[in-house]
Amino acid sequence: MYPSRFRYEAPRSIDEAISLLHEGGDEAKVLAGGQSLVPLMKLRFASPELVVDINNLPGLDYHREDADGTIRIGALCRHADLERSALLKSKQPVMAAAAPLIADPIVRNRGTLVGSLCHADPQGDWASVVTALGGFVVARGPAGRRRIGIDDFVTGPFQNALEPDEIAVEAVIPAPKGALAGGYLKLERRVGDFATVGVAVAVETSAGTVTRAGIALTGVGGATINAAEAAQALVGQPLSEQSIEAAADLAAQAARPRTDHRGSAEYKRHMVRTFVVRILNANGDGSAAADGAGGDEDSAERAA
Amino acid sequence: MTIVYEDRGDEAAEVPVRRIKFTINGQKKIAEVEPRLLLSHLIRRGVGLTGTHMGCDTTNCGACTVLVDGRPVKSCTMLAVQVDGREVTTVEGLSGPSELHPLQEGFKQEHGLQCGFCTPGMMMAAKALLDQNPDPTEDEVRWALSGNLCRCTGYQNIVKSVLWAADKLRSQAG
Repeated sequence: MYPSRFRYEAPRSIDEAISLLHEGGDEAKVLAGGQSLVPLMKLRFASPELVVDINNLPGLDYHREDADGTIRIGALCRHADLERSALLKSKQPVMAAAAPLIADPIVRNRGTLVGSLCHADPQGDWASVVTALGGFVVARGPAGRRRIGIDDFVTGPFQNALEPDEIAVEAVIPAPKGALAGGYLKLERRVGDFATVGVAVAVETSAGTVTRAGIALTGVGGATINAAEAAQALVGQPLSEQSIEAAADLAAQAARPRTDHRGSAEYKRHMVRTFVVRILNANGDGSAAADGAGGDEDSAERAA
Repeated sequence: MTIVYEDRGDEAAEVPVRRIKFTINGQKKIAEVEPRLLLSHLIRRGVGLTGTHMGCDTTNCGACTVLVDGRPVKSCTMLAVQVDGREVTTVEGLSGPSELHPLQEGFKQEHGLQCGFCTPGMMMAAKALLDQNPDPTEDEVRWALSGNLCRCTGYQNIVKSVLWAADKLRSQAG
């Protein structure tokens, strides 16, 4: 399979990339990891006239922590970099849980977190993680930089808020205000498949009380679902069996699953509930796994 | 490599072709490629190295796995122009002039293949693992190969083959 014919440019600076995109308008596409774009081009679901390959842009392959605890992920930071990251392992349990569950190990060598957000696949894992963490995207265009909250960034299935001549240069995860806990669990039929169900949970706790919570769902709706009501049920009190059950019920209600070859709507909704409980019991209260989150070979369990 | 195009009047003159330089299995190459040419096609049809197999052509199976600058990638999901200035290693680059690479020997010793179609991709994914982690556990081998599909073996012997190769490489190292 070949993509249809296109012009290819590999600029050496962001400014050059932006002016190429400006020139290409609606017919231009940015190529970063290419693990979604190239397959779509081969299937002719995407036929851009101009492909602007940003892989040669210097200084975008970072992920780092600012002095205040903010985490920044550059546009060329690969999933594999995040999977191996000591920073995420020590500071960012939700991202650390998700990174090894993205696609498969070989795809993770090329694909990028920022590209995944831009691709805005309703079944993309990172959008849920960034939503649960209240993150945003930094875009650069002819008019300069702007930040776009993740809820505003993903505007629909495979659609984002970027102008045709803007590039998403980094994703930003704000510093937690208390102790951060949480995780990402994903049910998949086999490694590399899209999520049957994915659940991201982030909980910030100060002096035993939850000060902020985020819950977001993958694969159970036409887009990433921000289960804000479910998250709110956790805030303002210590985590308890009651608050966890309440949040899990609300998250399951927020899901909009459809029956398909991956499972029935009922099953998926049930798994949303199960995953919320499992993540919060496993590490959400700072204690060891209390319920189910250790032990067997189900790939979803690896995240806990 | 010769590319033949349809003559569509003016349009044919506009076919964008780029010159790239790259290294494959230690040999320096120059190629004229159309941007839409996939790396897998450059390797198989352009360079003529057919050890890299095209399985699914949809980024699932991993049979086309090669190393680009030491990292395994699915060559059906990368554009040939993207290896400009880079180093590609295919399954043909594993062995020396006369002897098999320990991975190849391991697949032979442990019967790690049946039809053999997935084998080049398995070996390249395993090569990348062993380069980083010379003493992997069985779990780590399974995890590293989880982007490569095999429809024959049930994976058991593939995992044993990689562990065999890891032992051999460690004993060679010393």
